[in-house]
Amino acid sequence: MSRDTALVTAEWAEKNLHTPGVVFVEVDEDTAAYDAGHLPGAVKLDWKTDLQDQVRRDFIDRSQFEALLSAKGIGNDDTVILYGGNNNWFAAYAYWYFKLYGHQAVKLLDGGRKKWELDNRTLVTEAPQRPTTSYTAAEQDRSIRAFRDEVVAAIGTRNLVDVRSPDEYAGRLLAPAHLPQEQAQRAGHVPSALNVPWSKAANEDGTFRSDDELRALYAGAGLDGSKPTIAYCRIGERSSHTWFALHELLGHADVKNYDGSWTEYGSLVGVPVALGDQPGGAA
Amino acid sequence: MTGCAAPDQSTPQSGVDFAKETVITGVVRTGGAGEPVAGAYVRLLDATGEFAAEVVSSPAGQFRFFAAPGKWTVRGLSRQGNGDVAVTAERGVTEVTLTVSN
Repeated sequence: MSRDTALVTAEWAEKNLHTPGVVFVEVDEDTAAYDAGHLPGAVKLDWKTDLQDQVRRDFIDRSQFEALLSAKGIGNDDTVILYGGNNNWFAAYAYWYFKLYGHQAVKLLDGGRKKWELDNRTLVTEAPQRPTTSYTAAEQDRSIRAFRDEVVAAIGTRNLVDVRSPDEYAGRLLAPAHLPQEQAQRAGHVPSALNVPWSKAANEDGTFRSDDELRALYAGAGLDGSKPTIAYCRIGERSSHTWFALHELLGHADVKNYDGSWTEYGSLVGVPVALGDQPGGAA
Repeated sequence: MTGCAAPDQSTPQSGVDFAKETVITGVVRTGGAGEPVAGAYVRLLDATGEFAAEVVSSPAGQFRFFAAPGKWTVRGLSRQGNGDVAVTAERGVTEVTLTVSN
């Protein structure tokens, strides 16, 4: 994987809005932005109602994913270009999710909605009509998804990267600063986790920083590229952004996203938790 | 599972005890006429300049952050230009005006 295969620019996107075999998909937690205006021809995916199981805390299963993509008119051979708001968090999550179910030709629009809007590019309100397909998904690729026991076992042995803001990492805030702070779980981070906020991987217009800047960022933070890495945040979408930077842009071989993230870990009974600005030990 | 996306900035949040939160709120306005700027990307930066959060301003230009007491910078990016303002927040609601210009 590399920048050329995993990212497209806004210029490329604008020229390929109507290219057969290319499907633009806007992904967000709140799809009000899509309804108010989206890239011409783009279909929408709702992170909450389309991609999450509505009863258990887990993903939709393989057959549900097949039904979803078939209904959206996305075929196995289509190149899917994902983009969204919130600096592409949910688009990066969907990218990881598409990879999890084996879709190979998927790319992120660099800068997402933000750069597209700030550049004054065209947005439309009409939703496209795409003929349904018979999409076939693969079994989940668990080599890119981490579960809680694996995270506990990784303390002090693998790279753990906490990509939340420094205040969330230290335990001074429980959620990003655009959300209310009252939550059930404990504050803090997984002991031995490095804090490399997702935002350090992005420019202010939402595009990813250059490969050289990304390499310097993670090396400077003390990430040992020869070890496997698990990234987490609060619910797994900001860490998808960092998973994308490490695995898809920099080509690190063994990187997993822990989608349970802090809302799961910080609610577990009996696991170690570190407070403050330092990683803390494995004790 | 409640997600992480920034909520609609124009809706009051029910069930939030504003007396316990440290809220930084205000309106994005243009430098000249002082018109509200809708759809601006408003970023909250901490005392070291590190990114903390980002929201999109409401049709009336409003934004709202749930922070902690201390020094912050609010920065706006929009088609009408960019700008920033320094804020010292205390518990409760701190109101600011963010002016953007080219």
